[in-house]
Amino acid sequence: MALETNDRGRGAPAPEPVLGPGHDYTTVTDKIGSMVLTRGFRKEWLIGFALAFGLVNLFLVSVTWLLFNGTGVWGLQVPVMWGFAIINFVWWIGIGHAGTLISAILLLLRQEWRTSINRFAEAMTLFAVACAGMYPILHLGRPWVFYWLMPYPNTMGLWPQFRSPLVFDVFAVSTYATVSLLFWYIGLIPDLATMRDRAKNRIAKVLYGIGSMGWRGSARHWSRYQMAYLLLAGLSTPLVVSVHSIVSFDFSVGIVPGWHTTIFPPYFVAGAVFAGFAMVLTLAIPMRHLYKLHDFITDKHLDNMAKVMLTTGLIVAYGYLMEDFIAWYGENEYEHFMMLENRPFGPYRWFYWGLILCNVIAPQFLWFRPFRRNVYLLWIISMFVNVGMWLERFVIIVVSLSRDFVPAAWEHYTATFWDWSLYLGTIGVFLSLMFLFIRILPAISITEMKELVHEQHHHAGRQGDGQGHGDHGESHS
Amino acid sequence: MAQIFHPSANTLARLSLIGAALIALGAVGVSYMVIQSPYQTDVHVVKAQPVPFSHEHHVNGLGIDCRYCHSSVEDSSFAGMPPTYTCMSCHSQIWTDSPMLAPVRESLALGKPIEWTRIHDVPDYAYFNHSVHLKKGVGCFSCHGRVDMMPLAWKEESMNMGWCLECHRNPQRHLRPRDEVFNLDWSVEANQDEVRAFVQREADAETYAFLTEDDYVSQEELGQLLAAMYEVPTMGHDTPLTNCAVCHR
Repeated sequence: MALETNDRGRGAPAPEPVLGPGHDYTTVTDKIGSMVLTRGFRKEWLIGFALAFGLVNLFLVSVTWLLFNGTGVWGLQVPVMWGFAIINFVWWIGIGHAGTLISAILLLLRQEWRTSINRFAEAMTLFAVACAGMYPILHLGRPWVFYWLMPYPNTMGLWPQFRSPLVFDVFAVSTYATVSLLFWYIGLIPDLATMRDRAKNRIAKVLYGIGSMGWRGSARHWSRYQMAYLLLAGLSTPLVVSVHSIVSFDFSVGIVPGWHTTIFPPYFVAGAVFAGFAMVLTLAIPMRHLYKLHDFITDKHLDNMAKVMLTTGLIVAYGYLMEDFIAWYGENEYEHFMMLENRPFGPYRWFYWGLILCNVIAPQFLWFRPFRRNVYLLWIISMFVNVGMWLERFVIIVVSLSRDFVPAAWEHYTATFWDWSLYLGTIGVFLSLMFLFIRILPAISITEMKELVHEQHHHAGRQGDGQGHGDHGESHS
Repeated sequence: MAQIFHPSANTLARLSLIGAALIALGAVGVSYMVIQSPYQTDVHVVKAQPVPFSHEHHVNGLGIDCRYCHSSVEDSSFAGMPPTYTCMSCHSQIWTDSPMLAPVRESLALGKPIEWTRIHDVPDYAYFNHSVHLKKGVGCFSCHGRVDMMPLAWKEESMNMGWCLECHRNPQRHLRPRDEVFNLDWSVEANQDEVRAFVQREADAETYAFLTEDDYVSQEELGQLLAAMYEVPTMGHDTPLTNCAVCHR
C-alpha cells in the first residue's frame, strides 16, 4: 500500500483516498461483517432502537385513532384539505432521492466515493418511500379501498382519471419503490453470501443462505450480477428525476397561487436531492462514530456530500428567487399577493423566514472547508436542511391553500396532536427500520469495498502512470 | 464446511418462483370471481320472507299491476312497499284463514308493518330514482327481470356500478315507449308491429321511412328515437348520464 506516493511524479496533489490506509480484503470483510455478526447488542444501539420503537408505538396508536375516527382527527378543514399528510409525503419521498442518486447516477458516473455510502443510502430510500407511501393512503379516508387507485377492470366500470397527476403519482411512487427494492436487493446478494459463509449460528446461516439465492461467486454469477446491477442503475437513473417531477405536478397542475408555476419540477428534484443528502449526513455521521467506520466513510465522503448539498441548496434558493421574481414580473395579482405578501408577511411568516434561514442561509456555510470537515457543524447544518425542507412543503401546501382567491374562504390551519403524533410516528418507523438494517444486514457493501481495495492495490502497483480520476474509472470495469 | 442446504433446495427455489407467481395470479383470479359471484352480488339468490309472497301468482296469475302495491314508483325515488292495508284489500275477503297469511293478519292487528327481507339494497351514496327511469322509458324489466315469473323474489342484476354505467353509457339499448314500461313481456322483436306503429305515429315521415327501410325497427333504432323524444342525455351531451353528479351528490 503505497497510496501516498500516487501522482507524486506529476507534482499534482494526490487525490484524497476514499478508503483509509492499511486495508485488504480480509480487514474489509471483518470490519463490516463484525457490525452484524457479533453477539449481543451495543448499548447505544439498544437505546436508539428503544426510542425509535417507542415512536413506532405512537405511530400505531395514531393510525388506529385515525382509522377509528377518520381524517377529522387531523387539522384539515376547508380550504386546507392537504395538511400534514401531504407535507410529510413529499418530505419523505424527497429524502429517498439521495439514495437513488448515490446508487444509480454516481455509479454510472463512476464516482468511487459512493461505494461506502450507497448501501445504507439505498436502505434509507426504501424506508423513506415506505413512510411516504403510507401518507396518501391514510389520507384517503377509506384506506382499505386504496386499490381503487390502480387501473383494473372493476365492478364499478370505472378507470382512474388518467389526466390527473395524482394518478401519475401512484405509478411514479410504486415504480420507484419497486426498482429501489430490486436494486438494493441485487446489490446485497454477494454480501448475503459472505454473511452466510461467516455466520456461526445455524438460523442465521439458513436465512442469509435463502437471501443469497445460492450465490457461489462463480464467474458466471459475477457476470450476470454486474449486468443486472448496471441495468437496474440505468432504470433507476430516470427515476431520480421523474418521481419528484411528478410529485411537483400534484401542485403545479393545480391553479392555486403558489402552486401554479413551471419551475416546480426542477426545483422539486433539486430539493429532493438536497433533503436526501442532508438525511444521509444526519444518519452517516452518528453511524460512523458508533461503529468506528472512519476508514470507510472518510472526511472526504462527508466533504463531497456537503458539496452536493451546497449545490442543490443553491438550485433550491434560485427556485425561491424565481418564484418571487415571476410573481413580481408576471403581475398576476393572486400570485403577487401569495409570494410577496402572504408568504413573507402573512400569518405564517415565521414558517417562511424559518425556511429561508434553514434552506438558504444555513447551507452557505458549506462554502468553507472547516464547516465541511467538522462533523458537528456539518451535522447541525444537515439538521437545519431537514427542518428547512419540511418547512418548504408546509409553506407550499398550507400557506397557499389557506389563503387562495376569495378572502371569504380563507381559513387558518392548525395541526392537531394527531398530526404531530403520526409525523413523529413515521420518523420512529424510519429510524427503527434503519437500526434493524444496521444490525441485520451489512450496512456497507463488502463486495464493492473489496473492489475498491483491489483497485487501490492495482494502482499502487502502477505508480507513476498518471492516475487521474478518469483512469480510476476505466479500471473500475 | 458442511453444506447448509440439501441439493433439492435448488428445485425448491425454482418452484417457489413459479409458485409465487401462480399464487399471486390465483389470488387475483379468485377474488375477481368472488366479487362477481352471487356470493357477493346476491343475484338469483332467493331469500326467506316473513310471508311467502309470490309475484308469479299475483302478477302473472291474477294480472295485478305493479303499481297496485308499488304505488309511488312513478312519482318518487322509492317504488314503495305496500302497507298491510293493501294486502288486506283482498285478503280480508279471500284466504282469510290461511296460516301462510297469519303474519299479515298479525301485522294489521298490532299496527306493525311486515318486515320484508330486502332484495335490492343500493348504497346510500347512490341516489337512484325510480320515477325518472320510468318517465324516460326504462321498463321494470330492464333492472328487475321477469318478476312475473318469480315465485319468491330474487335480484336479477348485480346492481354494481359497472352494471349501472353499462346502460348509462348506451341508454338507447334499454328504452321502450312509456306505455310499455310496466309490460314485463315486451320486446322489440315480439312487439315489432306495435313498435312500427309507434314509430309511424310519433316520428315524421322521413324518419319513419328511414327506420323501416329494412322492414325492421331494431332496439338501437327505436332507442335513438326515444332518447330524442324523451330527452335522454346520451353520450356527447353536455352532462351525459355518466357524469358523477347524476347519481352521486
